[in-house]
Amino acid sequence: MSKARMATVSLAGCFGCHMSLLDIDERILQLVELVEFDRSPINDFKSFTGRCAVGLIEGGCCNEENVHVLRSFREHCDVLVSIGDCAIMGGLPAYRNFVPLKECMEEAYLNGPTVYNPSGELPKDREVPLLLNKVYPCHEVVKIDYYLPGCPPPADTLWAALTALLTDQPVELPYELIKYD
Amino acid sequence: MEQTLEFTIDGLPVTAAPGETIMAAADAAGIYIPRLCAMKGLSPFGACRLCTVLVDGRSQSACTQPAAAGMVVENDTEQLQGFRKNLIDMLFVEGNHFCMACEKSGNCELQALAYRFGILAPKYQYQFPQREIDASHPDVLLDRNRCILCARCVRASQELDGKEIAGFVGRGGEKHLAASSGCGFVGTDVAADDAALAACPVGALLRKRVGFSTPIGQRKYDHQPIGCEKELRPEKSSTTSDVQKGVAS
Ligand code: SF4
Ligand code: SF4
Ligand code: FES
Repeated sequence: MSKARMATVSLAGCFGCHMSLLDIDERILQLVELVEFDRSPINDFKSFTGRCAVGLIEGGCCNEENVHVLRSFREHCDVLVSIGDCAIMGGLPAYRNFVPLKECMEEAYLNGPTVYNPSGELPKDREVPLLLNKVYPCHEVVKIDYYLPGCPPPADTLWAALTALLTDQPVELPYELIKYD
Repeated sequence: MEQTLEFTIDGLPVTAAPGETIMAAADAAGIYIPRLCAMKGLSPFGACRLCTVLVDGRSQSACTQPAAAGMVVENDTEQLQGFRKNLIDMLFVEGNHFCMACEKSGNCELQALAYRFGILAPKYQYQFPQREIDASHPDVLLDRNRCILCARCVRASQELDGKEIAGFVGRGGEKHLAASSGCGFVGTDVAADDAALAACPVGALLRKRVGFSTPIGQRKYDHQPIGCEKELRPEKSSTTSDVQKGVAS
């Protein structure tokens, strides 16, 4: 039987959730028995090579590229899982939701105490993705099937959920594996 | 001998003294009814509705409703637990709860209830409302982003501290807590060791400079669900099984 394929990505996240995934330690050897990694920063594949059973999304959507990538994950993955508080509720990047975008940009590129920008220009290269008006939780952009909260989710939470999903078992998390911090 | 009333909660026999609330009788009998605005030692308020039970088929808040002889109370039913879960979801999306950066995390009653109900993500859309903080006082901080309008601080200040440090202003979505002075808490006689601060169930009314003092793993709700200290008979539904898909369609 061919192995299930799994894709992962970090959108507006800090890679902490991916670090937590690596924190499953030697169980990673069991994980590679269960899955083949498709698009993921873990193997540095930049695009999908085929259909995936599971997609893990770290981070919310803060720019147009995040939205494109998230939609592409939705298209390619049977089960999409929001991992971490940023994917679920925006997380720390969503602190900017209380400040108008223009003010954010001006603080970052013009007025901030450490800014040196004599031309007074804001970034406008077409290579730089446009920012959204605010940071959106992933499930407000595409349908998400499962949620694993935490900042980051504990390695044991990721392990418990992944092994259940990959072996067609119901995901049942005991009390101590649900954390929002 | 003092008269006692007899009634049932989920079919179990419970006794109460005349005038005692359903919640107090349930606590004494080892039955946990979820709650946020009710707190032992403060007068009942009935704001959060989390303690809603069915009394002879009609909904009542257990923290305000006195027990009566022969009443049939339903508490741990799928429908009521579902309503409570929805209320918790609403509290999360109508405020700004960044638990990962909150001093109260691990000791917070709202977060602990979400854990107890196995909530992985709220089912409603996040509102990201604009809320002001009051950091005017040297020792006390009010972060309205996390305030759930339970009035525990208001009642504790009046009833336990003999003060009047804060009250509510505005109505509906605009309702918010404000210090009873024109210039914020610095203009009141609030003190860092007031019962009012200790009464706040969430990270809204805080003593400054003591946050994050308890290591992760040793905080109040790190290992045990809220309410379990009250329960001789644990509720049926305290893990995640049916709520994996946290956001409903
Ligand atoms: S008050 Fe409670 S629920 Fe709100 S951010 Fe703090 S820990 Fe989380
Ligand atoms: S500050 Fe705390 S105790 Fe006071 S109303 Fe808000 S949540 Fe309740
Ligand atoms: S605990 Fe009864 S209404 Fe809040």
